[in-house]
Amino acid sequence: MSAGASVTAMPAENRGWQRDLIGIAAILVAAIAGYFLFPNNLALLTRMIAIMLLVLSLDLVTGYCGVATLGHAALFGSGAYAAGIAAAHFGITEPLTMIAIGAVGGALAGLISGVVILRGHGLAQLVLSIAIIHLFHEAANKASEYTGGSDGLSGISPDPILGVFEFDLWGRTAYVFGIVLLLLVFILLRILVRSPFGMLCRGIRQDPVRVSAMGASVKLTLIKMYVISGLVAGVGGAFNAVSTQVVGLDSLSFTNSAEALVMLVLGGVGSLYGALIGTIAFVWIEDLVSAANPFHWLTIVGALLIAVVLFAPKGLYGTAATLVERYRRGGK
Amino acid sequence: MSALFEVDHLQKAFGGLNVTRDVSLALCKGDRVALIGPNGAGKTTFVNLVTGHLRPDSGQVLMGGEDISNFNPMKRVRAGLVRSFQVTRLFAEMTPEEHVALAILQRQGKSGRMAGSFQAMPDVMRETYEILETLNLTALGRVPVSEISYGQQRLLEIALALTLRPKVLLLDEPAAGVPHSDTFLIENALAQLPADLAVLMIEHDMDLVFRFAKRVIVLAAGEIIFDGLPVDATNDLRVREAYLGGYANGSAA
Repeated sequence: MSAGASVTAMPAENRGWQRDLIGIAAILVAAIAGYFLFPNNLALLTRMIAIMLLVLSLDLVTGYCGVATLGHAALFGSGAYAAGIAAAHFGITEPLTMIAIGAVGGALAGLISGVVILRGHGLAQLVLSIAIIHLFHEAANKASEYTGGSDGLSGISPDPILGVFEFDLWGRTAYVFGIVLLLLVFILLRILVRSPFGMLCRGIRQDPVRVSAMGASVKLTLIKMYVISGLVAGVGGAFNAVSTQVVGLDSLSFTNSAEALVMLVLGGVGSLYGALIGTIAFVWIEDLVSAANPFHWLTIVGALLIAVVLFAPKGLYGTAATLVERYRRGGK
Repeated sequence: MSALFEVDHLQKAFGGLNVTRDVSLALCKGDRVALIGPNGAGKTTFVNLVTGHLRPDSGQVLMGGEDISNFNPMKRVRAGLVRSFQVTRLFAEMTPEEHVALAILQRQGKSGRMAGSFQAMPDVMRETYEILETLNLTALGRVPVSEISYGQQRLLEIALALTLRPKVLLLDEPAAGVPHSDTFLIENALAQLPADLAVLMIEHDMDLVFRFAKRVIVLAAGEIIFDGLPVDATNDLRVREAYLGGYANGSAA
């Protein structure tokens, strides 16, 4: 590109959406392959989808905005309980409405956690996030009249989707429903992270001082992103409630939060693709290893994680993307 | 001409150490002022006080007669008071194109948009490349900042400040860290600043100061000891003593 006198040297628009089309196609292919390869294991794949939504949501605040949190399941669990309580206590059993209620519940939880967690920075932020998840957990435990406490919330029986597709014993409907939700969320999030707002968030992660020197509000932007993140996690939680028909306290647990972070790091932060790949890898390995060795599976998972962090610090997707990039540059 | 930007009796102490002592100064449209002083004179503290990153113990900062002393840094930027940083503060993984476009979107109040891409906005792209062009950065438009030279990063830093269309620009050592052979790049960029912009530059490179500034303010131990023409600064006894030393003697000879 020559630096001419006029501004005709302006480069053309980046074709980033082409990569997104490939990504969407890859999700579809993987979804169809999963359906036919593991017809008896659709429940596991469906659980994967719910967790993927949680990890995607975490990627928004951690990967794109640089907020360290170990309390992100608060958003997921709030969505699950919101949808579950609406169904079990208020008779709202229309699945799409339940998902919407879950999204609102998650967004509210996102607003509350965002306001609290963003008071701190670094280590203080991490500690606040841990406090948040324990408070949410305890609140759900104490409000057993609504949440069922440690027994879990049961009695959720969603109607057929759109009045046509009934939830079957093999979990086929739930699986397809999940894939549709996931694709929808993924496309919307790809649009979001490429937007000016997404760019501002990436800027905040890299240098918040520079962003405020541009006259933008760091705090307000982060809180907005937290609410969006809550919407996504809430959809995930609500989907989990719809597909499993129970909500347990573990959905609001520290363990759930920490595992989501591990999955994100495993896949690679800040790309959304990493969130998907990390979840598949973690849940799949967990399933495989716990079947092979039910006593020491956590040790094996831990060892694998150390290997990834040491040898592929950008995560599975991040490392692969770097290798492809290097190959392309070298090829030119 | 009435003052566009005023600092009125600014005071700041860290414990028993008075780092800013009763500092007052005013800038008018089109001013080119250099703020100099030996290390530890309180120059960077002064910038931080003015931009709202530090709270003064007393005194006021005014823009166009309006008291902005209680504004946070973000609101001061929006009021037209923009700074550059002594050590570049850029987004390492982002490209110059993205930096400038983000600053344009922010200025236009569009940085909160959650759909669309700046590359699909012709007016934003046109302005982005106009600005990159004036600073000779067009060819680097799509290279991540971490891969461009420090001198070019300094230029981008100036580009960002310009993009925000400030009324008053505080340049905190724009040539710091740039190899001497590349200082002319910075100087060319400074020569292209809009004529009606008021500029206050903090700088150590005396050649640059004396070529750029029409007025020099000397800060020593937190106090203004000189405010006037550059030529007079080199002849002022207190300034020589506090700071210039050999340089003043050298250039007078």
